[in-house]
Amino acid sequence: MKNPRSARLLWGLAPLALLLAGCQGGILDPKGQVAAEEKSLIITATLLMLLVVIPVIVMTLVFAWKYRASNTAAEYQPKWSHSNKIEAVVWIVPIIIVCCLAVVTWKTTHKLDPYRPLDSDKPPIKVQVVALNWKWLFIYPDLGIATVNELAFPKDTPVNFRITSDVAMNSFFIPQLGGQIYAMAGMETKLHLIANEAGSYNGISANYSGAGFSGMKFQAIATPTEAEFDAWVKKARASGNTLDADAYLALAAPSENNPPIYYSVGEPRLFDAVLHKYMAGRTSLAATDEEIKLAELTKILCQTQPVAAVKEH
Amino acid sequence: MLLGKLTLDAIPFHEPIVMGALGGAGLVGLVIIALITKFGKWGYLWREWLTTVDHKKIGVMYIIVALVMLLRGFADALMMRAQLAMATDGGAGVFPPSHYDQIFTAHGVIMIIFMAMPFMTGLMNIVVPLQIGARDVAFPFLNSLSFYLLVAAAALVNLSLGVGNFARTGWVAYPPLAGLQFSPDVGVDYYTWALQISGIGTTLTAVNFLVTVLKMRAPGMKLMQMPIFTWTCTWANVLIVASFPILTGALAMLSLDRYMDFHFFTAEAGGNAMMYLNLFWAWGHPEVYILVLPAFGIFSEVVSTFTGKRLFGHTSMIVASGVISVLGFMVWLHHFFTMGSGANVNAFFGIATMVISVPTGVKLFNWLFTIYRGRLRFEPPILWTLGFMVTFSIGGMTGVLMAVPGADFVLHNSLFLIAHFHNTIIGGAVFGYLAGFAFWFPKVFGFKLNPKLGKAAFWFWQVGFFFAFMPLYVLGFLGMTRRLNHTNNPAWDIWLYIALFGALLIACGIACQLLQLAVSLIERKKNADLSGDPWNGHTLEWSTSSPPPSYNFAVLPQVHDIDAFTDMKEKGVAYAAPAKYEPIHMPKNTAAGLYIGGFTGILGFALIWHIWWMAILGLVGIIGSMLARAYDNDRDFYIQPAEIEATERAAAEQRARAVAA
Repeated sequence: MKNPRSARLLWGLAPLALLLAGCQGGILDPKGQVAAEEKSLIITATLLMLLVVIPVIVMTLVFAWKYRASNTAAEYQPKWSHSNKIEAVVWIVPIIIVCCLAVVTWKTTHKLDPYRPLDSDKPPIKVQVVALNWKWLFIYPDLGIATVNELAFPKDTPVNFRITSDVAMNSFFIPQLGGQIYAMAGMETKLHLIANEAGSYNGISANYSGAGFSGMKFQAIATPTEAEFDAWVKKARASGNTLDADAYLALAAPSENNPPIYYSVGEPRLFDAVLHKYMAGRTSLAATDEEIKLAELTKILCQTQPVAAVKEH
Repeated sequence: MLLGKLTLDAIPFHEPIVMGALGGAGLVGLVIIALITKFGKWGYLWREWLTTVDHKKIGVMYIIVALVMLLRGFADALMMRAQLAMATDGGAGVFPPSHYDQIFTAHGVIMIIFMAMPFMTGLMNIVVPLQIGARDVAFPFLNSLSFYLLVAAAALVNLSLGVGNFARTGWVAYPPLAGLQFSPDVGVDYYTWALQISGIGTTLTAVNFLVTVLKMRAPGMKLMQMPIFTWTCTWANVLIVASFPILTGALAMLSLDRYMDFHFFTAEAGGNAMMYLNLFWAWGHPEVYILVLPAFGIFSEVVSTFTGKRLFGHTSMIVASGVISVLGFMVWLHHFFTMGSGANVNAFFGIATMVISVPTGVKLFNWLFTIYRGRLRFEPPILWTLGFMVTFSIGGMTGVLMAVPGADFVLHNSLFLIAHFHNTIIGGAVFGYLAGFAFWFPKVFGFKLNPKLGKAAFWFWQVGFFFAFMPLYVLGFLGMTRRLNHTNNPAWDIWLYIALFGALLIACGIACQLLQLAVSLIERKKNADLSGDPWNGHTLEWSTSSPPPSYNFAVLPQVHDIDAFTDMKEKGVAYAAPAKYEPIHMPKNTAAGLYIGGFTGILGFALIWHIWWMAILGLVGIIGSMLARAYDNDRDFYIQPAEIEATERAAAEQRARAVAA
């Protein structure tokens, strides 16, 4: 390169290029509307802040060089320590930027609220999620199937998640489709996601939950067509496994790096019973048939507590 | 039964790495004991150091604990980086989860509670009384007690390496993972009692120093004329007094859950883990400001000293620190936007967090305008400061980014978060402490540190920091979450290798600092500070000799200006000797703090292992030592004018020699 300055610039950009090229599969490579909006929010907020950060870094280096002790040509005013003008600027400029950022934050926090259902012409697919040691159980209440460590839905169809945990706190996260939410025992959280491109995306637990945590991964498959999704549902239904209270208790025993398992659902109240486990002993309050059945199932689940997550060495 | 849950199985004979570490530590301990015995220094150690109530010596001991724990915590960091650089593409690496999960928990706890806190407390101990022209802190014995509570807690953490195990919960110890069901062994109990004991020591220290700055300032020093480091420490102490009791309460409730089946935080029987998260971070967020505010104060002192200029916007700095303290107490929820609070709540806490960047930005600009029209001398303390200004700007930016809930949903718990807080804690707090260490070292020991090795240490730390943590930002974007034991994503590998390389560069930086201490000790005659004012300082600590006499100031200084010592030098009244010295009232040394701390350590150990007779012994010991101290009337003495005059004359002669040379 002839021009040394542009050569230096190119070298400066090299890590950036490497970064962008290496970003496949991460949160900067979104495959759904929510994740795409979160990515553009990150970029907007960063650019807004660079308006202050870059001048500060440049001024630090320039001032340090210009006012070095050996540079006796520079002005020296040992008692100069106050200026209303400078004070005004250093308070007001950051305040303006934070105000802009606050407006962006208020709007996007409401728009990207994980509890807000996504706008779509298509009816959403409902999935109930239970975090176990150390795997994810997904129940499709409307389709009568359940899976472990594999999730599927057609692209461009909103997915409504109800999430809980039957163990320690985990965080349900598919980085390329959008934000995460905690899974907590006795609590139900909600998340709404959508995939706008077909593909198979990594899903993880983002909150440490014990020894098998690193292997607590799943695949989220966005099928290109409804037909392919229907085929996947049929495959699950035909697996021959039935998810009832006994099968659930067997599944709940700690295990690591589980391959996908498919079930047809034999017990429709399972998710609610897992939630109710932690409010046990409420049978007396159950009035309707449905409530009594739920209370009985809850009791069965309570009989076997998941065993300790940690082995003594 | 006699030993509770403690059996021989608790000692990890089968783990070569742990046994090797224990053997090494034991060997070093034996060598130190042998050397002290050989040179007959036990009496000196006991009289001059272990039983001292002198704030300067207590400060030095705090920093020694901090440096030892820095080595331990850094060894944990190296092990984690090595594990993650090896355990890629499905490989298992060296450490199984049962060990690795203890390492990352211990690393966090040690670095925050047993490295950063004692380093900060040590510098505050040494400097604050000197800066306000006082002869000691308000309660010298309490100060010694606080120190020994920290030592007891640190001993428990280190003991967990060889007896039993440490927590495998992450340094936050969220229930239900930290509850009895998922953590039935003693690891979490080591965690709760270590934090509980050191936390009580910290609270006592904060009370002590708040009273000190309110009641013991030199005559004429108005509150708004206190030096900026003393001010930032004062704000940190306000935060400690407000937030540490929350930690004490949260840990007490966690202990009741674990010992007496209370279910405060486990969902059975109506408990709620979300309450623990709130309480933990209601302490945990102020805690980071407790660490970083004094560092901001150090940078202010360093910048104004090495530019030979008054600090720009002294009042503005005090106000900004206060605003940071108050707001820092109201933003804890941003640690768990992903827990399912509504959009209004999340947005409120997000915006409140961003507002903190305004006073922080003001501080950065004030340091910039202190350099402006100054004469900057590039000594090691100023290098740390400039490095901080560049590094911390980036860390602040990524922090504000994570304060936007919509962005946090994808960045939370990822390595981006890890990169962010190391960016602020290393680039902010630790760089500040290291600047303060180099800056005040000659005041404490009477000789300067070797500047060449100091500069080498800085560059290794600074470059190493970028290599170690910038890749973690990238890995966060790539979707890598924290606390993983092994990975299986080829796109991550290169960044994990670079991060390990960065950690090794930081190791070189630490080695340079150890070498610097050794070389400077050998060359102490050459780099001696005879004047007591090696950097042409502005504040009162530089007006006394290096090291200062036990009474600090023969005559309490009269203060007329913010830069009190510069003002004296300009008026030609610095070092003026009075016609006659008055006797000085001083506290006597006592071993009571050491005894109480020792019994507290025994109590903690007994509670961890359920050895009830030993717990009673510890408790009785604590109460007995307290009573003995309370009824001990032989606790003070007077230094007589003749002795003061001799000390001061020697100092004046030394100063005259320095001026002549």
